[in-house]
Amino acid sequence: MTEKVILNTLDYPEPGTLANYERTGGYQALKKILAEKITSEAIITEVKASGLRGRGGAGFPTGLKWSFIPRHFKGVKYIVCNSDEGEPGTFKDRDILRYNPHSVIEGMLIAGYTLDAQTGYNYIHGEIWREYELFEQALDDARAAGLLGKNILGSDFSFELYAHHGFGAYICGEETALLESIEGKKGQPRFKPPFPASFGLYGRPTVINNTETFANIPYIVRNGGQKFLELGKPNNGGTKLFSVSGPVNKPGNYEVPLGLPFTELLQMAGGMREGRKLKAVIPGGSSVPLLPAEIMMQCTMDYDSLAKAGSMLGAGSVILIDDSVCMVRALERLSYFYFEESCGQCTPCREGAGWLYRVVQRIERGQGRPEDLDLLIDVSKNIGGRTICGLGDAAATPVQSFIQHFRSEFEHHIEHKRCVDGCH
Amino acid sequence: MTLTTESLKKIEREVAKYPADQKQSAVMSALRITQQEKGWLSNDTIQFVADYLGMPRIAAYEVATFYNMYHTQPLGKYKLMICTNLPCRLTWQHDIAAYLQNKLGIGFGETTEDGKYTLIEGECMGACGDAPVMIVNAHRMCSFMTPEKVDQLLSELEQP
Ligand SMILES: Cc1cc2nc3c(=O)[nH]c(=O)nc-3n(C[C@H](O)[C@H](O)[C@H](O)COP(=O)(O)O)c2cc1C
Ligand code: FES
Repeated sequence: MTEKVILNTLDYPEPGTLANYERTGGYQALKKILAEKITSEAIITEVKASGLRGRGGAGFPTGLKWSFIPRHFKGVKYIVCNSDEGEPGTFKDRDILRYNPHSVIEGMLIAGYTLDAQTGYNYIHGEIWREYELFEQALDDARAAGLLGKNILGSDFSFELYAHHGFGAYICGEETALLESIEGKKGQPRFKPPFPASFGLYGRPTVINNTETFANIPYIVRNGGQKFLELGKPNNGGTKLFSVSGPVNKPGNYEVPLGLPFTELLQMAGGMREGRKLKAVIPGGSSVPLLPAEIMMQCTMDYDSLAKAGSMLGAGSVILIDDSVCMVRALERLSYFYFEESCGQCTPCREGAGWLYRVVQRIERGQGRPEDLDLLIDVSKNIGGRTICGLGDAAATPVQSFIQHFRSEFEHHIEHKRCVDGCH
Repeated sequence: MTLTTESLKKIEREVAKYPADQKQSAVMSALRITQQEKGWLSNDTIQFVADYLGMPRIAAYEVATFYNMYHTQPLGKYKLMICTNLPCRLTWQHDIAAYLQNKLGIGFGETTEDGKYTLIEGECMGACGDAPVMIVNAHRMCSFMTPEKVDQLLSELEQP
């Protein structure tokens, strides 16, 4: 059994409680920092040494991100956690919030101490109301135990933390849309720069990280960055939660060391359901390029291997597609999602995503034209890189990768006005 | 337009989370709480929330229309939102969207004649491993749905 950093409370009847978190070494890191008055520089050095990369999708090194915050600036600063997961295929933060909410709280507390911030918010996806309530309960428990609020554990460090909920907008997972949303506005991404590190929530310096990113921090401070790094592989430190969905016997979250062969992950998820054959995999959530099964079978689950294979680790959301699935119909559903969720601010995304959806839809309905595939590629290339945030690129990516790897299915649809035999 | 003291108390609790000069930050919660009480968000309700938080009415209206889970039209008493996004569709073993449409005799975006149920097509709810998933009235997620569990849910909702 490999060591787990986050999903290590699952053996207890009520995994998410403060007592169970403390049983797994919880809040030791915070206590050590406060007792030994460890400096922010030392903490950032450990986080850098751990090789921890942002678990929200982009994989940006967390230690480096923290070092951008003007630490010695004496004004108000904020720590924000991104639990708005709504990227199709992603469901790990929900499990972290219900099974180990205190790891997120302690991670945010340590960030607050390190960056000299006094307040934090956790932005939780509106759809997971029960987890929102559980997190608020965990906050109350932490407050009652003197772990949150004024003069934490009798020290001169004070930090308040609150939950804020979304209400059905994928775009609010984008960090600056999320900040707008906390400010009580519609969630439209901000132009960057300035980055949140200098102009974030209410215009103040703000660090924003994913739920899983924060949940790893206590382990790193407790055991040292090197130990965390060694759980994974160089440049890909630590364990990672993979959300496995699709026709496997045991869909769900699996926390494994980065660098695990994909075939082993598939085995852990119980293998494909009887009679289903793996055809393709979207390894990191709907916004990353799809890979055919043959390529995927050779990959290990880490940032570098998947990048080399032409895709991305993303948020670790492994969507398995079997050979009964029509690729045109699958792409139609994803394209509809991006069209529906575009915030409407940038013309290439707002118009382009709708255009992509309508063209894929007409191919699916048997009204496609031979020139449609080139048209789709052309439109998708004119969205990517021309928008304020990454949603435009995310809409373009599936279109490009589905056509790249399964062009013949699209051509068959256009020519014969229906699916290849055996699909649905 | 008035709200129950219970709703007002809930809104006050939210307002307290933000800096004193940033009451607008509570608008998402306040709209959720008022929607829960009233069933949907009328212009009057939205204006009440805006005035209460001291923000421009148009800004509150923008929020109410931007986020998918607010309803600015009266809908059925029970809003059943079903995720039909790709990972769910690949994972589920039962097409509960079709089952519900059949059973209630309505399509997505429609309300039953008795005003009881509205079916809404949902996007990824961040729970794809539990497919099929659906949410009742924005707050209650139902996981691993089967036709039998849908029947159970409906008979529970039929109770007075
Ligand atoms: C359209 C879009 C949606 C996103 N959704 C999420 C999300 O649900 N959760 C998340 O943590 N990051 C999401 N991100 C990435 C965030 O903008 C940001 O990079 C991340 O929260 C940073 O945290 P990390 O460095 O710890 O990964 C999204 C980005 C884009 C462009
Ligand atoms: S796709 Fe249905 S919950 Fe994610």
